[in-house]
Amino acid sequence: MAYSEKVVEHYNNPRNVGSLPKEDPNVGTGLVGAPECGDVMKLQMKINPDTQVIEEAKFKTFGCGSAIASSSLATEWVKGKTVEEALSIKNTDIVRELALPPVKIHCSVLAEDAIKAAIGDWKKKHGIEVPVAEKAAH
Amino acid sequence: MSVKLPIYMDNHATTPVDPRVVDAMLPYFTEKFGNAASRNHSFGWAGEEAVETARQQIASLINATPKEIIFTSGATESDNLMIKGIAEMFREKGNHIITQAIEHKAVLDTCKRLEKDGFEVTYLPVQKDGRVNLDELKAAIRPTTILITIMYANNEIGVINPIPEIGKIAKEHGIFFASDGVQAVGKIPVDVQKDNIDLLAISGHKIYGPKGVGALYVRRRNPRVQLSAIIDGGGHERGMRSGTLNVTGIVGLGKACELCQQEMAAESVRLAGLRDRLRKGLEGKLDEVFINGSTEHRLPNNLNMSFAYVEGESLLMGINDIAVSSGSACTSATLEPSYVLKALGVGEDLAHTSIRFGLGRFNTQEEVDYVIDKMVQVVTKLRELSPLYEMAKEGIDISKMKWQTA
Repeated sequence: MAYSEKVVEHYNNPRNVGSLPKEDPNVGTGLVGAPECGDVMKLQMKINPDTQVIEEAKFKTFGCGSAIASSSLATEWVKGKTVEEALSIKNTDIVRELALPPVKIHCSVLAEDAIKAAIGDWKKKHGIEVPVAEKAAH
Repeated sequence: MSVKLPIYMDNHATTPVDPRVVDAMLPYFTEKFGNAASRNHSFGWAGEEAVETARQQIASLINATPKEIIFTSGATESDNLMIKGIAEMFREKGNHIITQAIEHKAVLDTCKRLEKDGFEVTYLPVQKDGRVNLDELKAAIRPTTILITIMYANNEIGVINPIPEIGKIAKEHGIFFASDGVQAVGKIPVDVQKDNIDLLAISGHKIYGPKGVGALYVRRRNPRVQLSAIIDGGGHERGMRSGTLNVTGIVGLGKACELCQQEMAAESVRLAGLRDRLRKGLEGKLDEVFINGSTEHRLPNNLNMSFAYVEGESLLMGINDIAVSSGSACTSATLEPSYVLKALGVGEDLAHTSIRFGLGRFNTQEEVDYVIDKMVQVVTKLRELSPLYEMAKEGIDISKMKWQTA
């Protein structure tokens, strides 16, 4: 399978690889996927509780090149956005940006889920109720 | 010495044609283009003579006689012919066939089709080492069993089955024994007499011959095996396979077999040496790598390894100047990881991280060393990217985690 240039570029130079301290009250962690499905994404965000701005984002992904690129792109996109703005990112935006073929759409879905899961975790830490619609779509 | 890139190390998928094979084939495209079935002129005679030479070369490699060799379009056709041919011919005698879980799809899908047609098929499981259990085979035999079809060596993990023992069991029970010999013939000694094989499928392009040509060994004595044809027409190949013979391809297959017979002893030692160098190099520099299947009963040119916490397709993407293949779901159209590794009891998580290295006649030690370095570099990079590796290092048991599956 040939990969789009953007997927290859993210694969070769993944952005924001790493981890943030999970225990930090301002850090939300999303871990989605499963090893037996061949995809696991961990997305973490450090969110300013006053401004609700995502100040930092880090990821680690076990998965194919498209999964790595989708999560790398997700960290790039959420950085500097508010929680509300980040929640409006749709998997279809990722599909378009990375020119993912139909067989790789699940990678973008996983990235969207990871964003929602990370924000959900942060909201939980701050006692904010997570609306059902924002929960990961599984 | 610098290494020429890309490196081809996927010789279970196909092999380049040996230049000596090409040389043998060339005259049969142009000057000696006759139809081997044209009995009344010299063009036809030349074609027929070349075909008979090839038959002899193939027979010699597997200790058969030339008349027992039938030419086909490839091993998929040979597998179809040996299974469907026996099933149809001996349907009155019984409707039960025994095979095993990690056969090539050409065998599995043929058996599945026969099931729709009223046959009953037992798919034996394999042991953890990838081999068939002989007691389970014996237990599966019924009065209605007409055929046992079990591959000589597996195409993904290179594991060699206990073929002489299976042949003996089949013979004792008066059941035909067919074997897909694609990965074994030309690589390790295969002897249809010693092994009691009644039907053996052979491919050209796995043994440095051309694509689009194969052979089927059909035993003529003790017992004489009769087959129903699956292709009807001019009655070529003693009625078992109609169609004008692919003379050039057949010449190539014959020459390829001759070269394998001459060079197998030395080549298998050399390839096993390279394979062991590759294995030791990877095991020495990376933790948590696992070999899939028996290391003892294995083709000399195969290494199938799982690199825990690194997904196979992303690994292939990182080593894009090396041609190997992966058991990862993402590399297949079905999004399912390798059914072969699953049947061995390899967890799906590890199945997704497997790479198959298939060494061949034209690989060098320099190439092996390059592959080791590149693999180590890419696996290390991807593990830094892997949340699973991080969790494992923190002491979290990934297999006991509750994962959110789609």
